Amino acid sequence: MGRTYLGEFEELVLLTVAILNGTAYGLAIAEDLKRRTNRSINLSGVHVALYRLEEKGFVKSQLGGAIAARGGRRKRLFSITAYGKRTLDELRQVRYDLWEAMPNLSLS
Amino acid sequence: MAKSPPTPLPPAWADQLLGVFCPSELQEELLGDLYEQFEQQVTQLGESTARRLYVWEVIRFCRPYLISRQLRALTANLTFNSSISFLPANMLRNYLKIALRSLAKNQVYSFINISGLAVGMAIAMLIGLWVWDELSFDRYYQNYDRIVQVAQHGTVNGETWTETNLPYPLATELKTNYPTDFKRVLKAWQIQDHIVAVGNDKLSLTGEFIESEAPEMLTLHMLKGTRAGLREPGSVLLSASAAKALFGDTDPMNKVVKINNAMDTRVTGVYQDLPHNTAFHEVKFFAPWDLYVSANPYIKEQGWVNNFMHVYAELQPNVDVDNVSTKIKDIHLKNLVGNTGQLAFNFQIFLHPMSKWHLHSGFDKQGNNTGGLIQYVWLFSLIGVFVLLLACINFMNLSTARSEKRAKEVGIRKAVGSMRGQLISQFFSESFLVVGLAFVLTIGLVAVSINWFNEVADKEMAILWTNPYFWLFSLGFILLTGLLAGSYPALYLSRFQPIKVLKGTFQVGRFASIPRKVLVVVQFTVSITLIIGTILVYRQIQYAKNRPVGYTREGLIDVRMSADDFYTKFDVLRQELMNTGVVYETAQSASRATELWSNNIGFDWKGKDPSVQADFGTLTVSPEYGKTVGWQFMAGRDFSRDFSSDSSAYVVNEATVRFMGLKNPVGQTIRRDGKPFQIIGVIKDMVMGSPFEPAYPTIFFLRGPLNWINIKIKPDVSAADALPKIEAVFKKVVPSAGFDYDFVDQEYGAKFADEDRISSLASFFAILAIFISCLGLFGLASYVAEQRTKEIGIRKVLGASVTNLWAMLSKDFVALVLIAFGIATPVSYYFLSNWLAAYTYRTDLSWWIFAASGAGALVVTLLTVSFQSIKAALLNPVKSLRSE
Repeated sequence: MGRTYLGEFEELVLLTVAILNGTAYGLAIAEDLKRRTNRSINLSGVHVALYRLEEKGFVKSQLGGAIAARGGRRKRLFSITAYGKRTLDELRQVRYDLWEAMPNLSLS
Repeated sequence: MAKSPPTPLPPAWADQLLGVFCPSELQEELLGDLYEQFEQQVTQLGESTARRLYVWEVIRFCRPYLISRQLRALTANLTFNSSISFLPANMLRNYLKIALRSLAKNQVYSFINISGLAVGMAIAMLIGLWVWDELSFDRYYQNYDRIVQVAQHGTVNGETWTETNLPYPLATELKTNYPTDFKRVLKAWQIQDHIVAVGNDKLSLTGEFIESEAPEMLTLHMLKGTRAGLREPGSVLLSASAAKALFGDTDPMNKVVKINNAMDTRVTGVYQDLPHNTAFHEVKFFAPWDLYVSANPYIKEQGWVNNFMHVYAELQPNVDVDNVSTKIKDIHLKNLVGNTGQLAFNFQIFLHPMSKWHLHSGFDKQGNNTGGLIQYVWLFSLIGVFVLLLACINFMNLSTARSEKRAKEVGIRKAVGSMRGQLISQFFSESFLVVGLAFVLTIGLVAVSINWFNEVADKEMAILWTNPYFWLFSLGFILLTGLLAGSYPALYLSRFQPIKVLKGTFQVGRFASIPRKVLVVVQFTVSITLIIGTILVYRQIQYAKNRPVGYTREGLIDVRMSADDFYTKFDVLRQELMNTGVVYETAQSASRATELWSNNIGFDWKGKDPSVQADFGTLTVSPEYGKTVGWQFMAGRDFSRDFSSDSSAYVVNEATVRFMGLKNPVGQTIRRDGKPFQIIGVIKDMVMGSPFEPAYPTIFFLRGPLNWINIKIKPDVSAADALPKIEAVFKKVVPSAGFDYDFVDQEYGAKFADEDRISSLASFFAILAIFISCLGLFGLASYVAEQRTKEIGIRKVLGASVTNLWAMLSKDFVALVLIAFGIATPVSYYFLSNWLAAYTYRTDLSWWIFAASGAGALVVTLLTVSFQSIKAALLNPVKSLRSE
């Protein structure tokens, strides 16, 4: 694994982008995260994370169609890139290996 | 009428704030997300919570990542430009770093510098927006430069007046005889309020009856229907807001609208509301001229002697306004053949181009155009420039004051090999950094205060985020301010000789502080002038407001007789109103008490100088009028229903008696067009026109048109109790008309709108000017105190008291303020006596206004300076002397 740095929050956002599969945009991601993680998520944090991920090449984006509910503004739809997917896989592998390497401690 | 509740919108200023620190390419999606979230929260949590959360969310978007991305985008352009100019890009970074460090090191100075500049720039920007708004007036119309209003000058007894009321046949004459000059000539009625009804719902709407080509001429933007909509008789074009008010969300097209309970019209179009900075912006509907004529057939019988209607025109392309004006000058006069009374007015027709309607509509008593609002544009621009200058002066003063501290830095830089040009660049980049930071703050200040400013200035301005000129102008603004503020330190500090500075024998010359002192004097001259001006404007308004008006405004309301029923049922209405027990008296008159609509010639009396053309204000009233408004009699009696002879009687005001030169006016005869009338009473002058002008000679009589109902509420009954009862009577007696009333004291108060506006703006500017000046003074005082720390320590050791030291440190500044006062007094006296001269009824420039302003400035100066000098004087000498 090369030196890909992915912050914890960035990782959550990236995962959510992958989950939403094509319908991911700022607000949808924020709401999904809020629901799944039960933490308070704000829009600006999600957006900044998305732009960082895009600069690092983990996600790509395109502008979607306009909706009246948004005051006639378009949304930016994010989708995960192959590189992003591979990084997630690698991260999971690293975690998995770490879990495997953990001796079976009884902590009860 | 069903009206759907408006969809709640998040606060617009928050969106604008987001625009400041958010890269523009991201704004669409971010705002979209924010709106979507807002709408969800409105339904879940209610509007106010949603708004609060929205603002909070916007504020949280102020993140280092987004701001640095924004800055990167901005500097990408900046460094490109500077690499081709005298600033090498790599040095620029170094300069900025040093500038930032020096700002961070001297936080008090930085704060004073940046906030002072920001306040100054914010004012200049607000004024700039205001000036822009004024100068762009009417440019909305595509034919702006070809549209004119036909107007005329009339002259009597050597005095010329200017009016837009014209005789009926004039338009046809222009249209038929000058087709090469005029593309369109449109007859129109005065713009005024009308009762507009859909079914039983009534609204009072401002409207214009005008010929069918008006929508073409004004290039109305049609949302529904076409510009040809006015060609059909009985049609009406509604503005979008009027359509909304009358029909809600249903389609207004082809619906029936009744105007003034008489004219049935069909909606043939809806146009986009005209912007607030245009003529006709208050017009909510356009209706055909022919419709008005068919409802008022007397209009067609009017000849050349009666001036009552408006005429607008569009010139052919490439026709010169002044040439056409000269050509048509005598049309009115030429057609008055034989009518000696009217000939005596020597009417001269001219064209008033649209470009001058708003800012250049003032005419003097010789008929010359004297400007008008443009004077305020100049005045405020001047104030804006001055306030900006004050802020720049602070910056320059503080920079030069600190020069000694930075002299060593300059010396070392020079010794190491800096060229003078590089030092100049360095100081300029410092000043640009400060100005840049101040500009960011400025935008914030303006965004916060613009709503308030709009209210005071009666405007609907917004920061022109999307206007390229705005940004171009802002950039120019930053460059200019940066250059202005940075020039003095850059040129002055870079001149230091390294040897002298580094040897330690460097002394700033004896006269080095002279320019600084001059600048402080300039600041305080401006501040004191503004204070004097503010006090005087305020006094003048109070003076006019307290002027005896000759009648009683309190509890007096007026209602326009907007339906025929009023004329037939007035007696019933009056009786019913009196029966309510809350009404003291009810009367009718031709105009409301605060206005005088008609004046007439043709009066003759004993001892009249035949060479004088006498023109009197005339007002028809009903016999109870005097009792209703509370006339004050100087002599004689009021009209009475008991004397049938009162139908040929006059009540006159004092001004009339003076004008006619009557000794015992009561009982004398005045002839009007040959018929004799007897004066039965003389009243004190009623202020019916401008409260700043002497009362017009006015004659009151009984027979004639009556258009207004005046109602006086009993003094011991509150308006809140009385109005519902009065309204109930109106609903019962004249159900066809709405009860649309105005309070006379409010109408009277509205006469001061312009002056009130100037007063609040002037005090606003004055307070900020003195604030900025004091900020600078504060900085200078702290600098002087710091510089003289050792001296103060030694003096203290030798026995000087705190008072001695305070006096020593303060007296320099006091002297400067006194000099400023000496300059400000004659300067402001000159300008203000000119300003006052425009008012006939005016207060005087008493000496105490100057004294109070001077004393005020002195007190504020002492307070500012004392803080620093007492702090310095209280300092323990052990500390200040320890290091040597």
